[in-house]
Amino acid sequence: MDFGFTQEQEMLRTSARDFLTTECPPELVKELAEDEKGYKPEMWAKMAELGWQGLAIPEQYDGMGMTFLDLSVLLEEMGRAVCPGPFFSTVVLAGFAILEAGSEAQKKEYLSKIAGGKAIATLAITEPSASYDAAAITVEAKADGDNYIINGTKLFVDNASNADFMVVAARTRQGKKAEDGITLFVIDGKAPGITTTPLNTIAGTKECEVTFDEVKVSKDSVLGEVDRGWPVIDRVLEKAAAAKCAEMVGGMQAALDMSVAYAKERVQFGKPIGSFQAIQHHCANMLIDVEGSRFITYQAAWKLSEGMEATMEVSMAKAWVSEAYRRVARLGHQIHGGIGFCMDHNMPLYFKHSKEAESLFGTADWHREKVAQELGL
Amino acid sequence: MDFKFTPEQDKFRQEIRDFVKKELPPGFETGVGGHVETDEEWKVARAMTKKLAEKGWLNIGWPREYGGQDNHMFSVILNEEMNYLCAPGLDFGGVGMLAPALMKHGNEEQKKEHLGRIARGEVVWCQGWSEPEAGSDLPNLKTRAVEDGDYYVINGQKVWTSLAHHADWCFLLAKTNPDAQPKHRGITFILVDFKTPGITIRPLVTMAKERSFSEVFYDNVRVPKKNVVGEVNGGFKVAMTAAGFERSGIYRIALALRNVDRMIEWSKKPQPGGYVPAKDPVVRQKLANIYIEGRISRMLAYRVAWLQSQGLEPEWEASVARVFGSEFQQHSAEVGSQIMGLRGMLMKGSKWADEDCNMALQAMLGIGATIAAGTSEVQRNAIALRGLELPRG
Repeated sequence: MDFGFTQEQEMLRTSARDFLTTECPPELVKELAEDEKGYKPEMWAKMAELGWQGLAIPEQYDGMGMTFLDLSVLLEEMGRAVCPGPFFSTVVLAGFAILEAGSEAQKKEYLSKIAGGKAIATLAITEPSASYDAAAITVEAKADGDNYIINGTKLFVDNASNADFMVVAARTRQGKKAEDGITLFVIDGKAPGITTTPLNTIAGTKECEVTFDEVKVSKDSVLGEVDRGWPVIDRVLEKAAAAKCAEMVGGMQAALDMSVAYAKERVQFGKPIGSFQAIQHHCANMLIDVEGSRFITYQAAWKLSEGMEATMEVSMAKAWVSEAYRRVARLGHQIHGGIGFCMDHNMPLYFKHSKEAESLFGTADWHREKVAQELGL
Repeated sequence: MDFKFTPEQDKFRQEIRDFVKKELPPGFETGVGGHVETDEEWKVARAMTKKLAEKGWLNIGWPREYGGQDNHMFSVILNEEMNYLCAPGLDFGGVGMLAPALMKHGNEEQKKEHLGRIARGEVVWCQGWSEPEAGSDLPNLKTRAVEDGDYYVINGQKVWTSLAHHADWCFLLAKTNPDAQPKHRGITFILVDFKTPGITIRPLVTMAKERSFSEVFYDNVRVPKKNVVGEVNGGFKVAMTAAGFERSGIYRIALALRNVDRMIEWSKKPQPGGYVPAKDPVVRQKLANIYIEGRISRMLAYRVAWLQSQGLEPEWEASVARVFGSEFQQHSAEVGSQIMGLRGMLMKGSKWADEDCNMALQAMLGIGATIAAGTSEVQRNAIALRGLELPRG
């Protein structure tokens, strides 16, 4: 048992925090929420120089060959800074899909582009039904000679508006089970027939609607095996859920730190409000939630990092952290009082982050049902 | 980060399970923290203590120089398994509290007299700290120890003294300087032979109908001065050492973990009338959630154990584990009541009660969980003031 981080992970954390403090301050985060692109290409390039996009990509594809656990430490810091942009969609969603299912040629092409910061990418799974179940995949890919023709609508596709390429889950066959007959394709983000419309989300994250109208893609764009895409999606969604939890833990810690700092300086009734027991107990409750969330998250990340079966641990983490972040954000606001309610304050960044994160890659209820299944209920 | 136990630790865990299966009468179960009620049960408990001592397990967490194996993690695992299996025999008071205090603050004579007997499971110790006016505010205790030649004469009253009615000895906190400021600087830690005249024990009955604690009245009890541990008026420090040896609190949550596992099994059984709780989406949600809460409680407890095994002194981390774990104990009972419905009110042994799943007792024990050994409010204060360094009110 070891509840600490390695020296390398601590160094990664420190350097990430320093970088983000300078390059991604809250003022920029607020600006980018209103910005069409939602990220700064200069920051993206600097991250690539630091090796961030390629952190968990194997060295033979120009990555740094570090682990999922290491990436979780980085994501925690990005969550702390509420760093907007296509990092998560490119590195976690598209990146792990290609790593999981790509041919050698595909990995060489796409992963090295990702590692070099040369491509922005995403994963298109969910549709208007807004469900992560296999049965929810209805976008069709019809075989047509050497090609497939894709039709349908995907919804909540992260950073599709910025994507150079997308990994798209489409149905190639009606199987006996919903899980059968799903195929993954790697498609040019601007291919003819694709229309991308950013949605207006609470945190300004570039979740998009992507419509496919007779989009023609060659057979070479199949990622993995035809009709056998679901197990890949399942594993990528597990990694995504765990990775999102790491981000959320970072956000929770920031909300806690901010609230404690405010409680020490805000004076009312002649005393700092942090000297009142009600506020002290709010802060204690926030810390308890951060600590519990941290370890349930890192347990999942550790298992994934070690290549172990982690379905139970991932669902436990996402179910718990989804609600813990909500609690922490609410208490953070309670401690900040009126001022925290204003647009130009930083606390709303965390509240909004928690709102989006809680349902990404499965809500608490959805994951609790998974836990129930794992328990044999 | 690494969440697996070592092969040696896994092996030890299995050895404990085999030991309990072999040595404990089948179906025997304790309450929280190894509590037993009847005299028959007490005999079984004492026998288990001796067997644990014979195996060298009773004090496995002690330093080697005092006969232990210096294996803190092993002692935590032992605590978890014994309490998960509801097996009696561990000695929290003597082995887990007094002995570490003697090792740090006791003199050679005291160590010689007491440590061996504690290690061999030959003596029962109880903790005389809390009083009617001194619960959370322990320094407010009023039991007086007045010098009289080679003795201290003790007068006062203690409450919540676990195991008093079985105890051979008591490690007592008494006020030797009522004028000390702050108050804790006037307290002395003193060992009291319970055979000394003047001691009256009155068991209290908890709402769970367990006589787990007593009121203890001290009426001119003469205790030799040589029984003072550490400095006169320096007793609070000794008490902190006693309370600081085992801070994971795993024994408290182990029973709740067991009850969650039992609820999960119970829920799979079709009830009279055909309803299968495990197929009810609402039940599934509640069980999944309490299971997760239990896993986190366990992780937070082992985190404290790990810090201690590294020679570190967890402070706020222990309070976090304590609050989370004790509230998990309560929540587990709440879930039990909700999913068992009317059946949730049946006590073990009642007609129509399930053989294994007894949440009614857990519900009552859960009430005490957030109060005993540092209330949740006090723990939150500690987290805020010491962990987060918020200013004092």
